[in-house]
Amino acid sequence: MTDVAVIDYGMGNLRSVSKAIEHVAPQLEVTVTSDPEVVMRASRVVFPGQGAMPDCMREMDARGLREAVVDAARRKPFLGICIGLQMLFDSSEEGDVAGLGLLRGKVRRFPHDAMVDANGNKLKVPHMGWNEVHQSMQHPLWEGIASGSRFYFVHSYFTEPAEPQSIAGYSLYPFSFSCAVASGNIFAVQFHPEKSHTAGLRMLANFVAWQPMAGVAGDTRPLAGAMR
Amino acid sequence: MGLAKRIIPCLDVTAGRVVKGVNFVGLRDAGDPVEVARRYDDQGADELTFLDITASSDDRDLILSIIEEVAAQVFIPLTVGGGVRAVEDVRRLLNAGADKVSINTAAVQNPRLVAEAAGRYGSQCIVVAVDAKRVGEGPEAHWEVFTHGGRKATGIDALDWGRKMEALGAGEILLTSMDRDGTRSGFDLELTCAFSEALDIPIIASGGVGTLDHMVDGIIKGRADAVLAASIFHYGEFTVRQTKEYMARHGIEVRL
Repeated sequence: MTDVAVIDYGMGNLRSVSKAIEHVAPQLEVTVTSDPEVVMRASRVVFPGQGAMPDCMREMDARGLREAVVDAARRKPFLGICIGLQMLFDSSEEGDVAGLGLLRGKVRRFPHDAMVDANGNKLKVPHMGWNEVHQSMQHPLWEGIASGSRFYFVHSYFTEPAEPQSIAGYSLYPFSFSCAVASGNIFAVQFHPEKSHTAGLRMLANFVAWQPMAGVAGDTRPLAGAMR
Repeated sequence: MGLAKRIIPCLDVTAGRVVKGVNFVGLRDAGDPVEVARRYDDQGADELTFLDITASSDDRDLILSIIEEVAAQVFIPLTVGGGVRAVEDVRRLLNAGADKVSINTAAVQNPRLVAEAAGRYGSQCIVVAVDAKRVGEGPEAHWEVFTHGGRKATGIDALDWGRKMEALGAGEILLTSMDRDGTRSGFDLELTCAFSEALDIPIIASGGVGTLDHMVDGIIKGRADAVLAASIFHYGEFTVRQTKEYMARHGIEVRL
């Protein structure tokens, strides 16, 4: 049985994700797969995504992966990355597309008019590079990572959770936006842990060791009805 | 505190070795690419850029195995450019472990390649490299796009070209001043600033770094989002960390 399934729906490069997990957990079998059966049988699931969300939704459905993704998000340690975070929400402004609706809220574009820093300099979109991630809850995936550590981002859209208690971390660009969400067995991030050097590798190591079903209450703040 | 400015060491690779020349001629050996990449990663590089300057098509696949090896050990973004002609080349580099692919000459020959590659793999992984050279005098002065490693004039205005590339889906611009490249006399700050103001996507300034003040100027005066340099790192003059500490002392937000 696959220990960690990295879901491949044909959108972008998943080699970085699988290599980084193999690096932190050489004993685990990491499979990049587009086979719903393999996803169903995996112990843990990583749900990445690159490019445009409407394309990601379409390609995921074209491969018949929706059911396996939803199943994993309901009952297995589940890590969403980048568009894999955005797709969990109700909808996105990008192409005005519906998401999986596993988390309440929507995905918005960085508004052109707001993209100015404190000194009046233009801020570029995509938001690309290393930004500070401030932790807004305790969580096993933050273990050993200082709040304010920098992670690598590249995105033009950000999530706006309707349930603030699910926000696990935020960044500033120039306003505060949520860049990590946690809900039960789901942890999902806008940045790329697989490209974020020491802090990112630590997060991936934390993910493969995470046991969300056992003793949840001791590890995270209670999460009120964020799903279903 | 927010987004940090990026410091990107550049590795020009040919026949499996890192090299560096002046104005694209007179190459000097600077080491094994995997070792060099690991060293810069240890020093805190924010990204690495590999430019494959291999002339012979026989050696083309060497870069793929180099990237594979680097990507298995270095967990920061990797950009690869040089000789990218088709969407298939983009695919092969991404599969080898590149996070971004830089397109230069082929974008001029076929601008649709940028749109196709961005449509297929996302703008986040498509960098358009613009090699610009100052032409004309006085009010006529502007920058023109050159291709084929700076040897061939195109007659295209560089700023117009940058805007067009952004519209077609480029995720960022790697902007090299052909007048400054390899001269160690500093970035063309006017060029860098003009691009940064005209475009909404990030600009990486390149070409001409000889001192740490040049790196500072590229960010503060050139308004670049990232600065790329090769020779100041290759021969051990400065480490990436020294560079970042120097920039931080000059008020630039960096990842330390």
